[in-house]
Amino acid sequence: MRLRVLRFLLRKEFLQIVRDRTLLGMLFIMPVIQLLVLANAVTFEVKSARMYIIDKDHSSMSRGVATRLAASGRFVPTESSPSMAEGDEAILDRRVDLIVVIPEGFEREIVRDHRAPLQLVFNAEDGAAAAVMQTYANAIVMNYAGELGAEVSPSVVTKLSVGDGGAPARGHPVMELRRRGWYNSELDYREYMVPGILVVLVTMIGTLLTAMNIVREKEAGTLDQLNVTPINRSTFIAAKLIPLWTFAMIDLSIGLVVARFVFHVPVLGSLVLVFFAATIYLVGALGIGLWISTVAETQQQAMFVTFSLLMVYLLMSGLFTPIRGMPVWAQWTTEINPIAHFVALMRAVLLKGARTRDVASHLAALAAISSVVLSIAIRQYHKRSA
Amino acid sequence: MTDHAVASSRAPLEVRGVSRRFEETVALSDVSFAVNAGELFGLVGPDGAGKTTLFRILTTLLVPDSGTATVLGLDVVRDLWAIRSRVGYMPGRFSLYPDLSVEENLSFFASVFGTSIDEGRAIIAPIYDQIEPFKDRRAGALSGGMKQKLALCCALVHCPEILFLDEPTTGVDAVSRREFWDLLGALKKSGLPILVSTAYMDEATRCDRVGLIQRGRILAVDAPAAIAARYPNPLIAVHANERHKLIQSLRDYQHAKSVYPFGDEVHYSDARAAKAMDDIVAELRTYLAGSGFTDLRVKPISAGVEDAFMELMGQPEATVRAAA
Ligand SMILES: Nc1ncnc2c1ncn2[C@@H]1O[C@H](COP(=O)(O)OP(=O)(O)OP(=O)(O)O)[C@@H](O)[C@H]1O
Ligand SMILES: [Mg+2]
Repeated sequence: MRLRVLRFLLRKEFLQIVRDRTLLGMLFIMPVIQLLVLANAVTFEVKSARMYIIDKDHSSMSRGVATRLAASGRFVPTESSPSMAEGDEAILDRRVDLIVVIPEGFEREIVRDHRAPLQLVFNAEDGAAAAVMQTYANAIVMNYAGELGAEVSPSVVTKLSVGDGGAPARGHPVMELRRRGWYNSELDYREYMVPGILVVLVTMIGTLLTAMNIVREKEAGTLDQLNVTPINRSTFIAAKLIPLWTFAMIDLSIGLVVARFVFHVPVLGSLVLVFFAATIYLVGALGIGLWISTVAETQQQAMFVTFSLLMVYLLMSGLFTPIRGMPVWAQWTTEINPIAHFVALMRAVLLKGARTRDVASHLAALAAISSVVLSIAIRQYHKRSA
Repeated sequence: MTDHAVASSRAPLEVRGVSRRFEETVALSDVSFAVNAGELFGLVGPDGAGKTTLFRILTTLLVPDSGTATVLGLDVVRDLWAIRSRVGYMPGRFSLYPDLSVEENLSFFASVFGTSIDEGRAIIAPIYDQIEPFKDRRAGALSGGMKQKLALCCALVHCPEILFLDEPTTGVDAVSRREFWDLLGALKKSGLPILVSTAYMDEATRCDRVGLIQRGRILAVDAPAAIAARYPNPLIAVHANERHKLIQSLRDYQHAKSVYPFGDEVHYSDARAAKAMDDIVAELRTYLAGSGFTDLRVKPISAGVEDAFMELMGQPEATVRAAA
């Protein structure tokens, strides 16, 4: 009987959502806004970066690397020599933006082992520009490797320029990191922001739309009408939360597709893990929406309360400023901030390929926060509607 | 099942000393009355009288501060779930889903009660037949009268044992109002007890009994005719060319007890309860003619329920909606 009623309620909810133009707009415009924000991050785009070629192999394949990079139009070979020292000189004098180092035996190794090392050295003075350069260069090199039926693993080196305070001695690579497992939050602004933007997206859908949806029934008087029926509270709440949970998940999927295929943001970890975490997180986000609906009398109030609350949560989440840069007390509050946990988890899984056990603490925190929030909200809901 | 046995031995609705306040406002103060089996009971009162508050208490949406009420023998506070599945409620404001069609609304409310339009068909037929041609139209796009009929169908489709209608005719045109009351009359014949509230005093005559409520207090409970018969003073209907000025002049008349517009006439009641009616009429005619009114008609009438309400409320006409 309960389930039967739930089914009818769900049918009604989906009918209403599908007919609500503004709501549908929000559901599909949100990912587009995300897209625009991302597009903005790419305005650092480097038109054509100057490239220093150090070809120690002199093979057709090594020349191929330089040709492909140049053919993209994004890189212009301006200088070349076999000397790493001269290349370093050029980058530190800001005559070039990157150095491509093709080691001796490149072609031979590809033919024999189907893999060969390749080094890209970037001027990381402008982090965002370097990130964009790196994304393109990697894509082109990977593409070329694919054509050769080989695996080229480029290693990335960032060089700080002379202008930087702690400038290293000339000729010394500052960092040398394998591409796999390479992660530098300051370097790729866009990659860094994407998981956060996805979190904002599902939070908006989850919290705001839940609050608005229930308050709308309150405003219309239909909530009173529903209360004089045998529908019990839990069935009603389930019927409200399930559709919005579904739409939040759909939006998350759209967001991920856009991030991955339009902006080539890496998705290194498991998507199953991402969706599993989102499921847990959304229970809390929807719970907050439910709670807001008990205190707000009008949709306007609901919107105001939601935005105020989310603003605080977002600012304290480490989305815009790294958590370790916050005052100590603020760092503590992030422990009970679901957005902070979810952002950290998304970054770890998407950008670093973290696995379940790496993010277990975040999952546990999310589960705890969500169950507390939901039970408080349900209690409050019961109390409010006598 | 025991509930049912208890219910059948009692009046379908009993209200005993119910009070409720909202901070400073006393919305209901010691309200008591009962609705008998098969009775169409009207709760008549001006805006803010406390009608909606009482309905919300009886439909378990609100808890009284003191007093008790039973619906179908069930306590409104303790047995709320039993009550919720057995009553029909039509709130004062249109409370259906404007974005769902007529049919979708109706079948939704049927389904949450575990029934269907077809099963409820017998009871809603006289009403639903009228709106069925528009069953695919969005409820929000219906006219006021249609909305009201749909709301009534939704409140009836699960075959409730008592019906609560809060100001069902407010904001509806005169023709639809009359039609609606005809429908209620037909429903009543099926033996369904109905509590209906209204701010239109003329609608009181359509009820078996009425309770007059004002500022949270019940002033009288009786059959409309009996309430009308309580009117204590001589009553005279006056018509003249300038109505506004007429009211003023009548109020200034030394023996006036109360004066209020009634349709296109003015009802005047005289303070001298014992004086012969013919004398009063003659005096009044002389007084008005002397004040320069033309087109004069002055005739004695017997009080209607509306006059009795005016008398009981002792209020200037501004607060009540007299017959149009
Ligand atoms: N939720 C509330 N909070 C505060 N005051 C309220 C509330 N509900 C009703 N009141 C007050 O209680 C009084 C009775 O209101 P109620 O709505 O019951 O009257 P009503 O007879 O239904 O009037 P109307 O014709 O306006 O519907 C009014 O003064 C109203 O302002
Ligand atoms: Mg009311």
